[in-house]
Amino acid sequence: MEVFFQTLVAGVLKGGLYALIGIGMTLIMGVMGIINLAHGQMMMLAMYLTYVCFHYLGMDPYLTLFVSVPCLFLIGVGVQKYTLNPLLKVESLLPENQVLMTVGVGMVMTEVARFIFTSNYVSVKTSYSDATFFIGGISFSVALTIAFVFACALTGAMFWFLLKTDLGRSIRAVAQDAEAASLMGVNAERIRTITMGMGAGLVAAAGTLLLPIYYLFPDIGGPFTRRAFVITILGGLGSTVGAILGGVTLGLAEAFGATYIGMAFEDVVGLAIFILVLLFLPGGFKRLTKV
Amino acid sequence: MLALMLLLPFVVREPYFQHLLILVLLWVTIGTGWNLLAGYTGQVSFGAAGFFGVGAYTAGLLSHHLGISAWWGMALGGVVAMVVAFPFGAITFPLRGAYFALGSLALGEVMRHVATIWESLTEGMVGILIMQTFISKLPYYYIALALAVFSIVLVHQVTRSRLGYYFVSIREDQDAAASIGINTTKYKMISLCMHAFLTGMAGALYMNYMGFIDPHVVFSLHDISIMAILVAIVGGVGTLHGPAVGAFIMVALQEVFRTAGFGGLKALSDAMGGGFMTVVTKYVSQAHVLAFGILVVVVIMNLPNGIVGDWARIKRVFRRG
Amino acid sequence: MAILELHEVSKNFGGLRAVDRVSFTVDQGEIFGLIGPNGSGKTTTFNLISHVYPASAGKIVFQGRDITPLKTHQICALGVGRTFQVVKPLKRMTVLDNVIASAFLRHPSMKDARQQAEKWLDFCGLTPYAGHLARGLSIASRKRLEITRAMATEPKLLLLDETAAGLNPGELDEAIELILKIRKSGVTIVIVEHIMKVIMSISDRIHCINHGQTIAQGTPQEVARDPKVIEAYLGHGGGH
Repeated sequence: MEVFFQTLVAGVLKGGLYALIGIGMTLIMGVMGIINLAHGQMMMLAMYLTYVCFHYLGMDPYLTLFVSVPCLFLIGVGVQKYTLNPLLKVESLLPENQVLMTVGVGMVMTEVARFIFTSNYVSVKTSYSDATFFIGGISFSVALTIAFVFACALTGAMFWFLLKTDLGRSIRAVAQDAEAASLMGVNAERIRTITMGMGAGLVAAAGTLLLPIYYLFPDIGGPFTRRAFVITILGGLGSTVGAILGGVTLGLAEAFGATYIGMAFEDVVGLAIFILVLLFLPGGFKRLTKV
Repeated sequence: MLALMLLLPFVVREPYFQHLLILVLLWVTIGTGWNLLAGYTGQVSFGAAGFFGVGAYTAGLLSHHLGISAWWGMALGGVVAMVVAFPFGAITFPLRGAYFALGSLALGEVMRHVATIWESLTEGMVGILIMQTFISKLPYYYIALALAVFSIVLVHQVTRSRLGYYFVSIREDQDAAASIGINTTKYKMISLCMHAFLTGMAGALYMNYMGFIDPHVVFSLHDISIMAILVAIVGGVGTLHGPAVGAFIMVALQEVFRTAGFGGLKALSDAMGGGFMTVVTKYVSQAHVLAFGILVVVVIMNLPNGIVGDWARIKRVFRRG
Repeated sequence: MAILELHEVSKNFGGLRAVDRVSFTVDQGEIFGLIGPNGSGKTTTFNLISHVYPASAGKIVFQGRDITPLKTHQICALGVGRTFQVVKPLKRMTVLDNVIASAFLRHPSMKDARQQAEKWLDFCGLTPYAGHLARGLSIASRKRLEITRAMATEPKLLLLDETAAGLNPGELDEAIELILKIRKSGVTIVIVEHIMKVIMSISDRIHCINHGQTIAQGTPQEVARDPKVIEAYLGHGGGH
C-alpha cells in the first residue's frame, strides 16, 4: 500500500512538470497548427544554460529561471521568425514542411549542444537535490515538490494571462480562427512568433526546474519531445486544461509503469498511451470535457 | 545510366567505396518507396524504420531460429513488412496531416521497443548475427542494384497508371477524390503496402549484407526513418529520380563529414602541421549530423521541391551568378 | 419516378441542429432546386446525401436503395455525382488529368479513360484548357471543371452546389446553358443556389429551407409567392 502511495505522489509531482511541457506545446499546436518536434531540444538548451549558470556563476537553479526563461523565449521567437514564418509563404508538395523544419532545427540544437558540451552526462547537484521530507510515511522529494509548486504557479499565471490580458485573448483568437482574427486587427504573424516564444519559455522553466533531480546530455531532448506530444494528444489540441490532465496522467502512468512493470517500460508507456488515445479517443480529454 | 551502374564495381575496386555504393543503392530503394507513399500519395510517414526493421528481422530470424538461409528473407522480408502494413495503416490512416506523421513515428518507435523487449524472439539488444554468404562485395552490389532498379521501374509504371492517378488525387484533395469514386482508404493502403514492401526488402538485404543487426540500428528513428525523409526531400519529393539523387547526396555528405573529406582534411592538416587544422578536422568529423540539420533547414526553405523538383530554379541561380 | 428520396433527415453538430427532419423527393429527369438563405443547411444536406459525414437521423434512398450508411465513393459508384461549393480542383494536375482520374471509375483502362475524359471536356467546353494546370484556371473555369469531373463518373443524379456564385452575367448564362445540356442528356439534377435568377429560371420544382427546416416547396412560382420564403430572404436582411 505504501508503495502505491509513494508511486502516486511521485507520479503527480512529475506530472505537474510534464504539464508545463505539455502546455507549451499545446499552445503552439493550437495557435500555429504545427507540431514542434524541437520542443524537447529547447528544454535541453535551457537545461544546459542552467548548468552553465550553476557551474560557472554559482547561480542557484531556481534563480536561473529568470535567465533561462527569457533566453529560450528569445530563441523560440527567433526560430519562429526566421525559419517557420517564412515557410508559410513557400509552396511545396508536402504540407508537413513546418514539422520537418522543426525536426531540422531540433537536430541543429542537439548537435550544437554536443559540440559545446560533448556527449558526457552532466548534472547539477544542489543542497536539496537529494533531500526529502516525509508526510505520513511517504517521502516527498524536496526538489520535485518545489518544482511542482513552481509549475502550478506558472500554470496559474498562464491561465490568467490567456483569459485576462489583451495579448492572451489575441492568442486565443488566432488559435480559433487566424483569418477572422486578422480581419479584426490582430497581427497573426506576430502572435505566432510570441506564442512560440512562450512555448519555449514554458518548457525552459520545466527544464530548469527538472535539472536538480535529473541528468543532462545532448540527446535528452528526444524523449521529452515525445512526452510533450503524448501529453498534447492526450489532453486535446490547444486545451490548456487538457495538457494539465494529460501531464499528470502521463506522470502517473510512467511512475506506475516503472514501479510495477519495469524501468524499461517508461518510454513504452508513453507510446502505448499515445496510440491508444489515437485509436479510441481522438479528441483527447478535451473531447470528454468540452473545455 | 544503367550500363554505367553495371560496370561501376569494376572501376571502383576499393571495398570501402563499393560499400558506399551499396549504401547509396539501398537508400535509393528506401527513398523511392517512401516517396511513393509521401510524395505521390501525400502521406508523410515518420515510421519507415518499422518496415525496414521488420524486413531485416525476418531475414535474420529465419536464419537464427530456423536455420534457413537469410536469402529467403529477401523474398519474405517484403511480404512480412506488407502484412505489418495493414495494422499500421489501420491505426494511422484515419489521422490527417501532422497527426499521421506523429502516429507513424510512434508506431515505428513501438516496433523498436517490441524488438528490444521481446528477447525470446529477437535476442533483444544482443542482436542477430549471421554468417555472410559472400566475401566479396560484388554480389551484394548487384543485388542492391537490381532492387534499386526494380523500385524505380515500379514507381515509374505506377505513376502512369490508374493507380498513380488515384494516389495523386488523394494527395491533392482527399474529399474530392472520394467524390469521384476513389476508395481513399483502400488506395492509401496499397500505397503503404508498396512502400512497406520495398523498405522491407531493403531491410532484408541489409541483414544479409551486414551480417549483424540489432533493434537500435534497424528500427532507428534518426538513422532510418528521418534519413529516408531527408533523402526524398533533398532529392525531390514527388519526382521519379529525386530519391536517387537524394540518396547519392546524403550518403556522400554523411561520409564526407564522418571521415573529414575521406581523410583528405587530415592529410592536409598533417602537411600543414598546425593545431588549427587538427582541431577543424576533429570537429568536422563529428559534425555530420549538424550538417544534416542545417541541410534540412536550408533545403526546406529554399528548395522545397528538392534538387530535381526545383532544378529549374537552381539553373536560374547559376546562370545569373 | 422518384430517383432520390430524403425521409426525415437530420444532422446535429454538437448542440446545433443544422438539418432538421428534411424530407423531399426528386423525380427522374427533373431539375430540383434547393434554396434558402446563407447558413440554412443547404450544403449540409448535400454533404449528407454524398456522405461527407453521416446523418444523425433519417433515411436517404437513391433509386430505391438505402444509401444512408454507404461511404462517399460507394455512393459515387452507384451514380451520384457532386460538385463542391468551395471548388476542389486537383491543383497540381492538368485539367485533362483531373477528368481522367474521374473517368477511371467506369473505364479502368488508361486508354479508355483518356478517351472518355477528352469527350467530357468537349461536352463541357473545356477542351482548350486540357493541358493547363488546374490551379491556373479562372473561377468560372474551375467551376466548369468541377462539373466535368463529376460528369465523367457518368452519374444518374448530379448534385450541384452553388455553381453560379462568383460568376459574372456572361459566365452565368454559359453555366445555365451547360446545366440544361446536362439535363437533356438524361441526368437528374439537384441544384443548391442562392442566386434567385438562376434557380427560378431552370428549376422544375423548388424546396426552400431555413434554419435546417423545410419552409416551402412547389413550383418556382408557388415558392416565390410564399410569404415565409419572402420573409426568410428579406426579413433577416438576407437576399443576395
